[in-house]
Amino acid sequence: MEKTYYNPADLSKFGNIGEFEPNLAKKFFDYYADVFKEGELSEREKALIALAVSHAIQCPYCIDAYTTESLQKGSTNGEMMEAIHVAAAIRGGASLVHGVQMMNKAKEISM
Amino acid sequence: MPSLKRQHHELSDSFVQLKVLNREDQKGAHIPKFGDKLQEIALLPLTSTGVEIFQVNLGKMCNQTCKHCHVDAGPDRKEIMPREVMEQCLRVIREGKGIHTVDLTGGAPEMNPHFRWFVEQVSGLGKKIIVRCNLTIVLAHPKYYDLPAFYRQHQVEVVSSLPHFSASRTDAQRGEGVFEKSIRALQQLNAVGYGQEGTGLSLHLVYNPAGAFLPSSQKSLEKEFKRKLKQQYQVDFNSLYTITNMPISRFLDYLLQSGNYESYMEKLVAAFNPAAAAGVMCRNTISVGWDGFLYDCDFNQMLDLKVKETYPQHISTYEKEALDQREIVINQHCYGCTAGAGSSCGGSTT
Repeated sequence: MEKTYYNPADLSKFGNIGEFEPNLAKKFFDYYADVFKEGELSEREKALIALAVSHAIQCPYCIDAYTTESLQKGSTNGEMMEAIHVAAAIRGGASLVHGVQMMNKAKEISM
Repeated sequence: MPSLKRQHHELSDSFVQLKVLNREDQKGAHIPKFGDKLQEIALLPLTSTGVEIFQVNLGKMCNQTCKHCHVDAGPDRKEIMPREVMEQCLRVIREGKGIHTVDLTGGAPEMNPHFRWFVEQVSGLGKKIIVRCNLTIVLAHPKYYDLPAFYRQHQVEVVSSLPHFSASRTDAQRGEGVFEKSIRALQQLNAVGYGQEGTGLSLHLVYNPAGAFLPSSQKSLEKEFKRKLKQQYQVDFNSLYTITNMPISRFLDYLLQSGNYESYMEKLVAAFNPAAAAGVMCRNTISVGWDGFLYDCDFNQMLDLKVKETYPQHISTYEKEALDQREIVINQHCYGCTAGAGSSCGGSTT
């Protein structure tokens, strides 16, 4: 057993999850591949969204993969950082907007 | 920035580079031999399919010193192809029936004093001419100002490096201020008709990653480049070629210095594509060095890996039949041309 939960080498083994359940893995990876194909959004824009989401969910594998992917697809350092700020703003905002709930409750039970 | 050669850097010695690429110690042991990979897909020995592209390196002198340059070119490099060797090249081009394209590279090929004469001669032979122009040379000195018109006169296809549509990323690789000058040169090329529909004057840009990662899809990057360059600078071009950085010379130095060498080689090996291996450019190309020696490609030239010793080694002894069927010299750097969608002087190969 690894001494840490995260091992960078595991990222390249992602495809191996089909070893225990191939059918669902295949469906997932087919879907995954289709999602990232160029559509109304470009592949570069999709990689930037993935990078932002990676930070929101704080997934080290995803951050590794989508930093590289964003660079490969031509994104600038500035674009990547702006994308992360979007994630940070939404995460921060998600906490802060609950302040309204707090205020509602406080007002409800206060004189 | 001086060249590796001027610095007396150990990597300016091609023998040292090959030693790094082939090291069998703990660090290098997990990189399989390129020949074994070809063996697995029944491509060994890799052979020429006939020389169609005649690539000539007119010299290592350049007005730029790019950080990734596989030639280790720069202002301090004095190797320049003499006219006598050019005349020998012309003889081969004239007599070589299968040769349809003459691809001129450097350094900055325009800095060779016989450059224009050579282009005029090749143009007279009715061959397609490609010049790998670094763009900034057009603005480097008044004697180069008319290059766009000269290219147009001889219907030269211009292929130019522009690693990114942002100044910061381009300058990080090619030097401070290079992006701004490159854009001005592109605008001048556009003004004489290059990259414009209906003119037949082709202008292609070359993207190569500014770091230890591989290029993405040529098609999607081309779309981004076209949109950004048009919107911001009113620049047009025909195609974008994506080229993988070869783990040799200055880029090898960068990989080793930055601690990225192992992971980069692993990326290249993991992305090995049999289809790209079958279509590698060395199969239909021959590369001539500034001193007339023959190589299977420009990368082999910089590693001083001449064509196999059983074939004519120099342009003065060129034999079409033998070289058209030659066995190609391979080494570990060849993974750079077979990764992903493949990489060549004409971009991706699959």
